Amino acid sequence: MMLSVDDLVVRYGAATALDGVSLHVDDAELVALVGPNGAGKTSLVNAISGIVKPVSGRIEVGGRVAQVPEGRQMFGELSVEDNLRLGAWRHRPKDPTPVYELLPDLRRLRKQRADTLSGGQQQMVAVGRALMAQPDLLVVDELSLGLAPMVASQLVEHLATLNRTRGTAVLLIEQEIGLAFELCSRAYVLESGRIKAEGPTAELRDAPELQDAYFGGLDLSGTGE
Amino acid sequence: MQALLTYIISGLALAGSFALIGSGMVVVYRVTHVLNFAQGMLAVFGAMISYSLLGGMLPHGLAELVAVICCAVIGVAIGVIAIGKPGTPPMISLLITLGIGMIAQAVVIAIWGQDPVSPPGISGSIQILGVNLATQRLLVFLVALVTFALLSLFFARTDIGKALTAAAANPRAARLVGIHPLAMGLVAFAIAGALGGLAGVLIAPTTAVSVSSDLPLVLSGFAAAIFGGLRSPWMTFLGAVILGVVGQLVAAYGNGSYQTPIALLMMLVIMIVRAGRMATEEAK
Repeated sequence: MMLSVDDLVVRYGAATALDGVSLHVDDAELVALVGPNGAGKTSLVNAISGIVKPVSGRIEVGGRVAQVPEGRQMFGELSVEDNLRLGAWRHRPKDPTPVYELLPDLRRLRKQRADTLSGGQQQMVAVGRALMAQPDLLVVDELSLGLAPMVASQLVEHLATLNRTRGTAVLLIEQEIGLAFELCSRAYVLESGRIKAEGPTAELRDAPELQDAYFGGLDLSGTGE
Repeated sequence: MQALLTYIISGLALAGSFALIGSGMVVVYRVTHVLNFAQGMLAVFGAMISYSLLGGMLPHGLAELVAVICCAVIGVAIGVIAIGKPGTPPMISLLITLGIGMIAQAVVIAIWGQDPVSPPGISGSIQILGVNLATQRLLVFLVALVTFALLSLFFARTDIGKALTAAAANPRAARLVGIHPLAMGLVAFAIAGALGGLAGVLIAPTTAVSVSSDLPLVLSGFAAAIFGGLRSPWMTFLGAVILGVVGQLVAAYGNGSYQTPIALLMMLVIMIVRAGRMATEEAK
């Protein structure tokens, strides 16, 4: 088991963000966590990363975890290569070659300042930076946010390649269900801090819980805008 | 002509110390967003400690080095008090550094008294363009220049330098990759301490330093840092050069007591210009 979250409760003051959430990710598995805005997705990511302390519940991790944060969070003044090398701050080696092999565009952009890149390129740097820690589990928070559907789709392909070639497990936290289901074989639906449904993505696609959670607010066809 | 050149070179020597003090403020501000107004006292400490050590205890070179290291340690101590408590707003930290500066003045008076000290520097002079220049004054400027080059290399080439920039640019992302912003803040305070100490050590043999040197030094350093937008070390250096040279010329041809008001005026003008530019950029 790569990640096991058990009956997790997270509160901010009186507000409950997560209310007894349980989920797991197996070794080399691709799992999606979908849900509308304010469902508690980022609270879960922050709890897994240790930024937020849960009130109760348990989180067990079976390997090295790295996070691709929401909003990409570049070190804007630094070059792409510096961004990547800092991803291995806690670890060695700091050689970005393996990342360039997976994401060849980054080799071309390596000397460019991160704040001059497009959103898609920055997201690629964020993924690459997380991979520098050589994680066994990659937690990706809102991969598609602010990106054109085609760009997001290409990034998902890179994640699939990463999983296939290196056996890295991925927990993809997404609002864009079509995209999440394109990559992942299993998914959880989070709504108002609770898991409303879980199962293989093929079955969940038409589940009424999913339709309810989104309340028709989002495109479920997977074709984007 | 000869007199003019002499004043300009004296101005450059002063500029070296302003630049070192200003860049110390820039390093701390970039990483922590705190204005460290105890920076002038670090220069005073540098001068005082080197004065004591040179009084028979240690030879030249070693005494200055020990003084700079002591100032780096004092810098860290200031950092611990100013930013050590997580979540302290930068404005509160600024007030804390002001308070520490006042306490530091009391400490200096208790240990060294109020009289100015002027430890021995490098004696002799060098002739450039027919002008006799005190070697020590030239040394201040050259050491400041070399220090700036090394500082630039440190930020551009070393992992820790890049981590400092990263922690400044995006503390949240820094934390995610394992860079601790507080630790980086303390590193910045240590660098600032060393830079302030170096300024004091270098300038004391040319200009006697006392506890009351704090205010003119910190104001001039701050004015130079403002010239660099509190971000750019080399623009800070340029600001210091303008301030140092103009100050010396005014002192020579006008009145020496105008030096600090000139620093304040320069700061005021730049701040007004920058504020106007920032307002225009925000409006866009």
